[in-house]
Amino acid sequence: MGNKMSFIESRNLVHEYKRHDENGNIEQVNRAVDDVSISVEQGDFVAILGHNGSGKSTFAKHLNSILLPTEGTVWVNGMETRDEDHLWDIRQTAGMVFQNPDNQIIASVIEEDVGFGPENLGVPTEEIWHRVETALKAVGMYEYRTHSPNKLSGGQKQRIAIAGIMAMKPKCIILDEPTAMLDPNGRKEVISTVRKLNKEENVTIILITHYMDEVINADHVYVMDHGKVVMEGTPRTIFKEVETLKKYRLDVPQVTELAYELRKQGMKLPEVVLTKEELVNALTKLEKAEN
Amino acid sequence: MIRDITIGQYYPVDSVIHRLDPRVKLLGTLLYIVSLFLFDSFAGYLLVALFLGGVILSSKVPIRFIVKGLKAIVFLLLFTVAFNVFFTTGDHVIGKWWIFTLTWEGLRLGAFMGLRIILLILGSSLMTFTTTPKGLTDGLETGLHPLNKIKVPVHEIAMMMSIALRFIPILLEETDKIMKAQTARGADFETGNFIKKAKALIPIFVPLFISAFRRASDLAMAMEARCYSGGANRTKMKPLIYRKRDYIGYGVLVCYIGAFVVLNILVPWF
Repeated sequence: MGNKMSFIESRNLVHEYKRHDENGNIEQVNRAVDDVSISVEQGDFVAILGHNGSGKSTFAKHLNSILLPTEGTVWVNGMETRDEDHLWDIRQTAGMVFQNPDNQIIASVIEEDVGFGPENLGVPTEEIWHRVETALKAVGMYEYRTHSPNKLSGGQKQRIAIAGIMAMKPKCIILDEPTAMLDPNGRKEVISTVRKLNKEENVTIILITHYMDEVINADHVYVMDHGKVVMEGTPRTIFKEVETLKKYRLDVPQVTELAYELRKQGMKLPEVVLTKEELVNALTKLEKAEN
Repeated sequence: MIRDITIGQYYPVDSVIHRLDPRVKLLGTLLYIVSLFLFDSFAGYLLVALFLGGVILSSKVPIRFIVKGLKAIVFLLLFTVAFNVFFTTGDHVIGKWWIFTLTWEGLRLGAFMGLRIILLILGSSLMTFTTTPKGLTDGLETGLHPLNKIKVPVHEIAMMMSIALRFIPILLEETDKIMKAQTARGADFETGNFIKKAKALIPIFVPLFISAFRRASDLAMAMEARCYSGGANRTKMKPLIYRKRDYIGYGVLVCYIGAFVVLNILVPWF
């Protein structure tokens, strides 16, 4: 142990929700996360897919010590999440963006909200202003800095939430279904912002979602069902298994499904198609070959 | 009706009063309220009115806008004045009708009370007109900081205030949504007597409360994820710093309250 530890690593993680009856006796034990071992390297873009109740959010909350494991261990940058002494270090290293954009914005002015994290860390005033400016520019919301968050769209609010985390200079951002409450445009905004941060700032991204089209660009994908990791690999290897994914109540992206159906009908298409462009290219190649 | 109430609103213009440190304005409002009870003559009212007029003029908030705030307390005002006018006993009786007695003393007291309430409301609403909610909570937090020594959780109170202010529009919107959803399913909020209307509100409050608690729990988690651990070791993005104008402001306040104290001691009829 220790030598080859990844940036973020969970080993045999188990989390149980216990329901107590009126006398305080345990009535029912619900295993939300069951023996999950995942490792993430610095700079990776990792996606965790899963249907409602698959345990993916519960797992995510272990990565910055909001929940603690029932069994097993989680390390973030070499620190064990159970270790109270490192609690604030862990939360600064691995920032978290939540599902509901309204419920994570604290201040009534955008720049003040982005400054909330650095304020908590005890960063000097001038440095806070500098960080807020950089973070807001990184998510493309700098011109809104003096506005009220109430008048923004969902996608913009979520970008503010991301800026709020960025201002704490994390090495990793965990996004817990950040697009579940957004319209398609807002979803695009958020995902492209996240991708940009991953590429340009080398921030490790762990994206929890059930939208398949958001994970196409991930380096590594984990699929969870009933608390267990049931599939893992690159998006290309995962999306090959259309039938298996359907079994876990997940839909592949529309293009992938279309290509899959066409292939089943006997068209000579590549084994897995992830984007529209790929499909168009494959179809034109096919047409040329036939002529 | 609710839109008519201007008390507690912020009026965004740029003026000396707006730029003043919130702590100066908080102390100013407090001293102003105290000063209203330091005299008992029309000369005193004149002095207060002059001071208030000066502050209003330099705040650039339109007088019409400020006076609109009085609408909300018209009933209270009429009630207080009427009570004082008709139920004050005195020697100079003007008229008598059933249990009401009109005396000179009553008229004088009624007028004084009415003026006092009007000046009180105008003065204190001027503070909210010229200070942002955030400024107000910051001012309270720094101004009341010494109370920390007697274990008053000043930072926590200020944080609660600013979160409440942030969530008021969100919860209002939510109320509106719930009302529409209930109306769509046949709920009736418009007709019936007072009790019936009040009962109709219960199906609104229950989901509203549940959602408010859920929001609170989400927000607490988000705050923890952003390393919030209370007021200790926190720095400020926008710290309150006294500038020259704030010291001048304090100077003006000292002169104002000093004038009342001196007049109180030297002039017997004041």
